[in-house]
Amino acid sequence: MKHLVFIFIVMLCQITSRAQQTFPVNGVADHREGCYAFRHASISSDGINYIADASMVIRDGKIVSVGSNINIPADAVEIDCKGKFIYPSFIDIYSNYGMPGSEKGSTPDIHQPGQFSANQKGAFGWNPAIRSEIDAARIFITDDAKAKPLRESGFGLVLSHLQDGIARGTGTVVSLAGKKENLVIIKERATSHYSFNKGSSAQSYPSSLMGTIALLRQYYMDAAWYKTNPAAEGVNITLKAFNEQQDLPQIFDAGDKWNDLRAWRLGNEFGAHYIIKGGGNEYQRIADIAATHAAFIIPVNFPLPIDVEDPNDARFVSLTDMKHWELAPTNPAAIEKAGIKFCLTSADLKETKLFPDNIRKAIDYGLSPAAAIEALTKTPATLLGIYDKTGSLEPGKLANFLITSDTLFTEKSKIIQNWIQGEKYGIKEDLMTTISGPYDLVINTIQGDRKYSINIKSNTYASMTTSGVNISKYNFDGKVVRLDITATGYGKPIVIDSTSKGVNIIKYSFDGNTVLTDLSATGNGKPKAIDSTSKGSDTSKAKKPTKIYMTNSFPVFGLNVIRLTGMANGNILQGTGVDSIGNPVSWSATPIPQEEKIDSTSFWDNDIPKDWIKYKDQIKNIIAGKVKDLPKIGNITYPFCGYGWEVAPAQQDILIRNATVWTNEPEGKLLQTDVLIRKGKIAAIGKNLDTAKVRVIDGTGKHLTAGIIDEHSHIAAMSINEGAHSVTSEVRIGDNLNPEDINIYRQLSGGVTTSHILHGSANTIGGQTQLIKLRWGMNDEQLKFQGADPFIKFALGENVKHTGAQGNTRFPDTRMGVNEVMVDAFTRAVDYEKALHGPQARFVRHDLELDALVEIMHQQRFITCHSYVQSEIIAAMRLAEQFGFRINTFTHILEGYKVADKMKAHGANASSFSDWWAYKTEVQDAIPYNAALMNQAGINVAINSDDAEMARRLNQEAAKSVKYGGMSEEDALKMVTLNPARMLHVDGKVGSIKVGKDADLVLWSDNPLSIYATSLYTMVDGIIYFNRESDLTARKQIATERNRLIQRMIGEKKKGVPMTTFTPAPEITNECGDHGSGILMNETD
Amino acid sequence: MRATIILITALFSILFAGAQETMHPAGKYTEVFYIFNGTVHIGNGQVINNGIIKVSGTKIEAVGTDIVIPPGVPAIDARGQQVYPGLILSNTDLGLKEIANGARGSNDYAEVGDLNPSMRSILAYNTDSKIINTLRSNGILLANVAPQGGLISGSSSVVQLDAWNWEDAAYKMDNAIHFNMPSLMARPRRPVSKGRIETPETDVIKDGLDKIETVKNMFREAKAYLTVNNHEHTNIKFEALKGLFNHRQKLYVHCNLVREMLVAIDIAKEFSFDVVIVGGSESYLVAPLLKQNNIAVILNQMHQLPAAMDDDIDQPFKTPAVLQKAGVLFAINDEFEESRYRNLPFNAGTAAAYGLSKEEALSAITLNAARIAGIDQTTGTIEAGKDANIIISEGDILDMRTCIITIAFIQARKIDLNNKQKILYEKYRTKYGAK
Repeated sequence: MKHLVFIFIVMLCQITSRAQQTFPVNGVADHREGCYAFRHASISSDGINYIADASMVIRDGKIVSVGSNINIPADAVEIDCKGKFIYPSFIDIYSNYGMPGSEKGSTPDIHQPGQFSANQKGAFGWNPAIRSEIDAARIFITDDAKAKPLRESGFGLVLSHLQDGIARGTGTVVSLAGKKENLVIIKERATSHYSFNKGSSAQSYPSSLMGTIALLRQYYMDAAWYKTNPAAEGVNITLKAFNEQQDLPQIFDAGDKWNDLRAWRLGNEFGAHYIIKGGGNEYQRIADIAATHAAFIIPVNFPLPIDVEDPNDARFVSLTDMKHWELAPTNPAAIEKAGIKFCLTSADLKETKLFPDNIRKAIDYGLSPAAAIEALTKTPATLLGIYDKTGSLEPGKLANFLITSDTLFTEKSKIIQNWIQGEKYGIKEDLMTTISGPYDLVINTIQGDRKYSINIKSNTYASMTTSGVNISKYNFDGKVVRLDITATGYGKPIVIDSTSKGVNIIKYSFDGNTVLTDLSATGNGKPKAIDSTSKGSDTSKAKKPTKIYMTNSFPVFGLNVIRLTGMANGNILQGTGVDSIGNPVSWSATPIPQEEKIDSTSFWDNDIPKDWIKYKDQIKNIIAGKVKDLPKIGNITYPFCGYGWEVAPAQQDILIRNATVWTNEPEGKLLQTDVLIRKGKIAAIGKNLDTAKVRVIDGTGKHLTAGIIDEHSHIAAMSINEGAHSVTSEVRIGDNLNPEDINIYRQLSGGVTTSHILHGSANTIGGQTQLIKLRWGMNDEQLKFQGADPFIKFALGENVKHTGAQGNTRFPDTRMGVNEVMVDAFTRAVDYEKALHGPQARFVRHDLELDALVEIMHQQRFITCHSYVQSEIIAAMRLAEQFGFRINTFTHILEGYKVADKMKAHGANASSFSDWWAYKTEVQDAIPYNAALMNQAGINVAINSDDAEMARRLNQEAAKSVKYGGMSEEDALKMVTLNPARMLHVDGKVGSIKVGKDADLVLWSDNPLSIYATSLYTMVDGIIYFNRESDLTARKQIATERNRLIQRMIGEKKKGVPMTTFTPAPEITNECGDHGSGILMNETD
Repeated sequence: MRATIILITALFSILFAGAQETMHPAGKYTEVFYIFNGTVHIGNGQVINNGIIKVSGTKIEAVGTDIVIPPGVPAIDARGQQVYPGLILSNTDLGLKEIANGARGSNDYAEVGDLNPSMRSILAYNTDSKIINTLRSNGILLANVAPQGGLISGSSSVVQLDAWNWEDAAYKMDNAIHFNMPSLMARPRRPVSKGRIETPETDVIKDGLDKIETVKNMFREAKAYLTVNNHEHTNIKFEALKGLFNHRQKLYVHCNLVREMLVAIDIAKEFSFDVVIVGGSESYLVAPLLKQNNIAVILNQMHQLPAAMDDDIDQPFKTPAVLQKAGVLFAINDEFEESRYRNLPFNAGTAAAYGLSKEEALSAITLNAARIAGIDQTTGTIEAGKDANIIISEGDILDMRTCIITIAFIQARKIDLNNKQKILYEKYRTKYGAK
């Protein structure tokens, strides 16, 4: 009992050992230095270099010395760590430990009244999603309940910040020690934080990813401008705080592979070297991620398998989700292999305590343990500029370290203690003291001493060498030992019948529930009657053999079970107990001396060739027979979804032979003609072209056209509408492209090669558009149509008036107001430009919104304007003329036929639907003859989709103008090829089949205007991105891979692995706000 | 052919110069006339080259190649042209919804409440809708006008598209009761960002099944109620369900997913209703079951994206071919709101491009549609005894490249193929001096 008391006292003292100097003491001063010496451990800072049989001395929360031959101070409390390992405690660089909770924000619905000004009081910035004024150190409160699981996972320090908002202020480095806040803050203002998530801000702006990016860009510019102390701004605490934290390490929570790249680009623009917190899917684009040369913070929240037992559910689980489940644990290894500097974090885990298992899983999937250690110690410490204080086990650094039972991250290795700032936190204390080997056990019973030989294998298992008895329970928790000794066969059923030997049945009865049998043991010299009960299994025949339980085969009466408890005193165990009839006993166990075995640690340091040392863990596992095969996993595809490429298609020199070639040039339609493609360009058009060294595609009976160009599309973007304000010319679709939208592939199958991705129609002056080529499998930057003129989306009429909204509060609400929004914006832009060139130019705030409008007025940016009725069309043209530019394109323009003459005079292009109407009031007069009428009036007319489905059939939509209005077939085809190229100013590169133009071509099975025509090949830059035959193969591969993964997941379920419930993969389709289709569509508008 | 041929175009046609408001239904024509020399697509898969159709009164009297056309009788020379039965729109809000958004006053398609079996779409059907004429000019002559909303929305009626008012338009009243199956799939809410998706809080499937149970309970109670004649309190809703039990009405179940269609089959079995699935996106997955249980399908929209990301990229397009092969009775519909249903022939054309024969695709918008709507005794094919609902096109109507309807008859009346949009076209051609 004395030992137990002592341990408790030690534990209590730990808590009160060091107090802060300025704080008065209520009681008697109890200053302690906390000097400890950890002896005979294997000590390593990096998991590669170990010092065997080493010691470490700590004092006042810091490391004093480490080494194999160091001086142990006389006042040190010595702790024997023989067989144990010591590593630095981990650092979690992405935590909200000790931060107040924050409410979750919601994406504003454009159909609801908006909030347009900040509702936050004080001298702060205009947008409450920008919270640079927050200092985590000022709001930090220690929280033992949250610290505990972090400590148990091995963490000693965390970088904590308020995870709320787009700019989040500073983070603070704190230890997880249970001390007063003042003492655990290691670095007060350590970092500056950013994200793409507006958090709890209730303000409408920004409502989209691209709006968030624009807000941050403007913010950087505003902050630079604020340094000039602009009088008009007054005191802006937010901007001031932002400027003051630019020298700190900058951390960006991106949370997804594409967002990683977006954050990196943003940082590049403003010279910020973000440390990027990823999303765990970086392995899907590892080359792009590595090319950033940024440091990454990687979570290990590997997804659980999905419950896909029901085939009706499984059908809607995407290959993307299933493959990610399988491959996510490879992410840390992929990051390591790519040579990316990275930290690991417990952030995003459902429960912090899952962290060790998930790190182990990452190691099973190829992450080296040493890299894991570095990612949890040295790298975060270095990035945070505190490597002089922590991150390794060196004199002068914080006494933050782990004592483990085995080399870190090996299968059976457990963290025994986590010391933080010199204070011990016990985790698996039982493993601190291990007792093993053969022991002599002596039990002093009332009938005299009984001697047994036992063999203690581990803290939970011991076996009996003496026969006739067993050890039915053994447990040693480092302090207390528990041991039960049971007679062999006791409690086991035996079958009794009239012929059983060794016992006689004296009495037998059965009352329906219980069999009562009196037995007389005959083999034991001294027969005794004992009672035994057992649940009856026999209701009618008393003589049938029945099971009863042996109670009396122990050699000594009363000792069927002896229960022992005791303590370890050094390597001697002793204590008390009780026998099965309640008599007290006492006992002791002493080790039988053995020859000393070779310590495994010395093996590592002496017997292994030096250059093998990095494979130490693997070798150790091999020796221990613990080598796991890497689980069988699927391949990464680009994009990471069905129909993605394992190997990207290459540019080829191709000859399409003997096709009907719709040139869109004065030559018109050429029969039985060859087209040669070299290096991505159209190299020759003619008959009997040389087929040497080129891939030949037979075009006999087929039709070759230029690739379809969709002037109005909303695919391949993460967000489409920044609808919070009426003027959002600062946002750019190109900032948030989604190159993994399956609709890219689907539209390639419909012959589309170029798409103009427009901002939506939620506001009068919308965002900057992005022209892309449908290069399926490439990254977002590679999708962009290089060298194309920049465009911007404008919109008029019902959508910008929010006609569909309930109680619109946003200006404008009429067509009068719509026009005035533009007048106001351009007037401001004129004044702005004047100021930029005026004497006070260097004090002018750089305004991204107005920059775009200035570009428009200088014909450096062009407008595509959503419009329907004649009144607004005329008004828009007159407004443009007033400010010295023209509307490049009217899109939708369903009443264009009414004012075609005026549009022609203005010089506008028209991009329309073939036959849409009556879906709202402003399209009541829409007619399918519109395109033909405008075409006849001499306007350059295109037919667009504005619809991910219809874009696959734009050739058919164009064909409708043959039906409605009698357009020629060649002119009709031009409306989806050459004409949109002209209105997008890219007809020098695409839109027709002409030598020198890009080889963006489609080979059709039939007349391209026919409903029966399908694309056999669609190529961009001479690369075949869609091939109808290969598509059939892809479908089979998808089916095979899906089935393999579904079977694996079902297997996991059978194993009892926790599952996530099924959720169908959403299809993200962006709409401009007019319509939508599809049964599973998850519309964003 | 020695018959004196008089082109009767002049006889039927009326010159239109004004607006849609001045267009009016054709007058009654009860004489005999012929259509000859055309390629006659019967609607049941057969094609008669150089066919002759004899129309008498409102009916087709004879179809063939050896019909003698007597001299002096009006006859239309359809040489080089294609002759089809009038197309049937199988499920629509035509005449109930004029302006889809932002103009509530123009809409009469969805009533308040979940269980509205007694709502009758025919009463709200507006024959003066400007949309109707744009459908006729693409060959659609009949439509099944259905209410929407709630669980049981009411009854649909088949109308012919050339009438002064709904009473005249009615072709088959109250042919079906419409049940909107609640969704039986958990849906993710909108993604926060790619890779992070919030899961819905409520159990959609359980909610859905609960709602289905309320509908089934209504059927059960109605069945019991209807076995007794005199009731102290008349239940109008139960009375409105009578047609389902005596098979005068079908139950149109609007649903798309496999699980939902299995529920539809279950309802068919429990109540012995004649069930038609409307929507049926995933019907290709349960085609044998549908066939086995004699469930017909109206495919609402061919021009649709695949339901799931990994689906075959042309899945909706090739669904009809699967149903055809399995022997399921199906019709193709067009419910695309932005172009307002006039692309029905091209929906069928898409099916023909992806596995159906052209004649099978035609059946899906004529005979099959008639059989499902319960009007195949009088229309759906060009066969003797049926109403003379006939269209003539310059070319293949399934292909927009060739579909130009020149003449159309509803019950032998030659209807005006003008519409508001053509009138505006002519108006602005005049403005630009193109005419």
